[in-house]
Amino acid sequence: MTAQLPPGLQLEKVDERIMTLNVGPQHPGSGHMRLIIQVDGDYIVACDPDPGYVHRGEEKMAEYRNYITNIPHLERPVIHDSCNILYPYCLAVEEILGLEVPERAKYVRVIASELNRCVYTMYWLAIYGIFLGHSTMFMWPAGDRELLIDLLEKITGARVTHAYFVPGGIRNDLPANFEDVCLRQVNYFEKRIKEYADIFYDNPILISRTENTGILSRQNAIRLGTTGSVLRASGVDFDIRKKEPYDVYENLDFQTNVLQSGDSYARSKIPWLDMLESCKIIRDALKKMPKSGGVRVKLKPNPKGGDVEVYRRVESGRGALGMHVVSKSKPEPYRVKISVGSFRNLICMPYLLRGEKLGNMPAVYWSLNYWPVEADR
Amino acid sequence: MSVIAPKFRLGYFIKAILDNIFWIIVLLTLVGIPAIQIVLFYADLPIINGQMLTPFLAFTWMTHPEMSIPLVKSFMQTDFFRIAAFPGFGFGALLAAGVIFVERKMLAKLQLRVGPFYCGKVEGILQLMSDGIKLLTKEIIIPAKADKPLFWVAPLLFVGTAAAFVSLIPVAPKTVVADVDVGLLAVFAIIGFFPIITVLASWSANSKYPFIGGIRALHQMISFEIPLILSLLGVVILTGTLNLSEIVESQATYWWIAFLPVGAIVFFIAMLAELERIPFDLPEAESEIVAGWLTEFSGMMYGLVQLGSYLKLYAFAGLFVVLFLGGWHGPMIWPPFPEEIVNEGITMGPVNVQISGLPLFSQEMLNGTLWFVIKTAAVIFFILLPRGVFPRIRIDLLLHVGWYRLIGLSFVNIFIALGLLYAGVLGPEGIL
Repeated sequence: MTAQLPPGLQLEKVDERIMTLNVGPQHPGSGHMRLIIQVDGDYIVACDPDPGYVHRGEEKMAEYRNYITNIPHLERPVIHDSCNILYPYCLAVEEILGLEVPERAKYVRVIASELNRCVYTMYWLAIYGIFLGHSTMFMWPAGDRELLIDLLEKITGARVTHAYFVPGGIRNDLPANFEDVCLRQVNYFEKRIKEYADIFYDNPILISRTENTGILSRQNAIRLGTTGSVLRASGVDFDIRKKEPYDVYENLDFQTNVLQSGDSYARSKIPWLDMLESCKIIRDALKKMPKSGGVRVKLKPNPKGGDVEVYRRVESGRGALGMHVVSKSKPEPYRVKISVGSFRNLICMPYLLRGEKLGNMPAVYWSLNYWPVEADR
Repeated sequence: MSVIAPKFRLGYFIKAILDNIFWIIVLLTLVGIPAIQIVLFYADLPIINGQMLTPFLAFTWMTHPEMSIPLVKSFMQTDFFRIAAFPGFGFGALLAAGVIFVERKMLAKLQLRVGPFYCGKVEGILQLMSDGIKLLTKEIIIPAKADKPLFWVAPLLFVGTAAAFVSLIPVAPKTVVADVDVGLLAVFAIIGFFPIITVLASWSANSKYPFIGGIRALHQMISFEIPLILSLLGVVILTGTLNLSEIVESQATYWWIAFLPVGAIVFFIAMLAELERIPFDLPEAESEIVAGWLTEFSGMMYGLVQLGSYLKLYAFAGLFVVLFLGGWHGPMIWPPFPEEIVNEGITMGPVNVQISGLPLFSQEMLNGTLWFVIKTAAVIFFILLPRGVFPRIRIDLLLHVGWYRLIGLSFVNIFIALGLLYAGVLGPEGIL
């Protein structure tokens, strides 16, 4: 089979053409994770995501603490979105303990959750900007995020790790005169993020870089089990806030944003459109909120539930975020299983990156709305 | 921990300084002064204005500054001064330092932050100096498998090539280090060195990310060199010379950008790509390939590469000014020197010394330098601006732009130039 080559010549083996790159964990273009990428020249042949560098055993830790002391550590996986990650836990525990949340608390939860979604999305957008080499898009969201962080600090007392939602309501009521301040800040914030279209989303170089890269078709998006902005960018109208409304989302006036193209550009644009929608939700909730009333149900010191299993999910900044809480008539939960959007979106990365150029790697990777710490839990 | 970082003690610090002073005094008295005596005994010292030039004249000049003027003037005529100080390396490095500061402040204002703020009390003007000291005092780490001689020499070659490029740029009438008859060809020859140095640096580091970055830089520079050269042909056709000083002289009434805007735009874009600036900073794309071909450089080696790249930036901006914006031409805004200074000199100092032989520079030269610096600063501003506005372009789009769009546009530019020439509008027998 092997023909005799003239002396001095040798056949090039395919394996020698392919170079393995360890992108991460000490790489500016990876999060707290590693991507094992094989490149042939500038083209990616195979990609193997290797998460797990920030695994903290949150689920196991939850089995040793009671329902209330679980709150501060369950928000750690994604501190920028700490209200939304506590939301399904509180909903599930309320069902286990049989608590009825006051009406005002439900509205405050919605406001805090939407503010937190914007805070997370701004952080994500900042990193998306710097991944594409757009340093202004790193600085602007990082600065404008402070507006909402100030609001959340007024409500909860902490800038990022709020620990605000508790089973049976919220930790404390809104401060006096909060509605006016919130309305002013949110209106200014909305005006600011509309300017991002000029410098980022309508930028011809950005469009040329992200359009038609990493296309995820509608069928594949459903088959691979993606969620959140990735799913909606592929043309599937799926938002937990609409499909399975929790708390007061059914009373509020908003719509979900769906784009059909399924490329990186659509995936990067959906969270931005969601932020504009969040501003609407906050204004609507501030208008419809009862002006007075209790915000928290008084709990017994060490509440116990029956032998029940509850699964509740909410729409977080990265998609459906579910918590499966199993109670065995003890103060501690028997099992807390967290199902996060980040990990489910990570699954489609090897499919999207195969055959792409190495230069497209950051654009595709971060458009998946992936938060490594949350995925590892 | 204490082994790695010994505890700081003031006593050790003072002792180290005193030790240094002691050894300097000992070496100076035992070696330095005898060496000077021996040299003075055997060497023929130059005689300027009837006075023998000895090192001890420095003491005399302290009380009679006018005696140093002829020496300074003759020193300024030497090649060494022109290469090292003005208009060569020193002038370029000074402008480059200014560019770094302006870039950081401007980018900060664009991004709603303050930028360098504390160092030097006023708006952080000494930030660059502190960064330089930091880079100088940092450890230089060489990768174990690197090709060490090449790895060491690559940053030096880079700075040297950038300085060679600077030396070709005419700043003012008769103020140029190397007034080459084929100046534009020399520029192209020097630009051709940069990809080689980049590949040398990246290959000798023997590391993956520098390798990818170096290959990217090679692709980028070679594909943009062609439109870069072609876009300048229009100017050469209209002026009929390759000498940069003569090209400037030809723009006394009209700047070439008025007739060849297409060429200017193509040259500007190709220049951004050659300089590896955003949106064409693919060789240093940090989210893809860490720092590209600069990944393994540390300490002052990195500082030298940065210095070289900013010298290159200044040289390219200067080349743009020379070719399209009329070089040193401009209204005479530097005031003429008063007659008495030119003829009699000035009286100054506590001991009232009469200093004649002033001024050191002619009025035309100062005015030309002023206009050149103003125009260069304007061009540099437009080079810096895209950094705050654009994301990074992708490699295939970059090559597409280089090979299809820019080369086509530069041919359009050549046809415009030829049309102007044959229609008799411009050129040796033109109506303008």
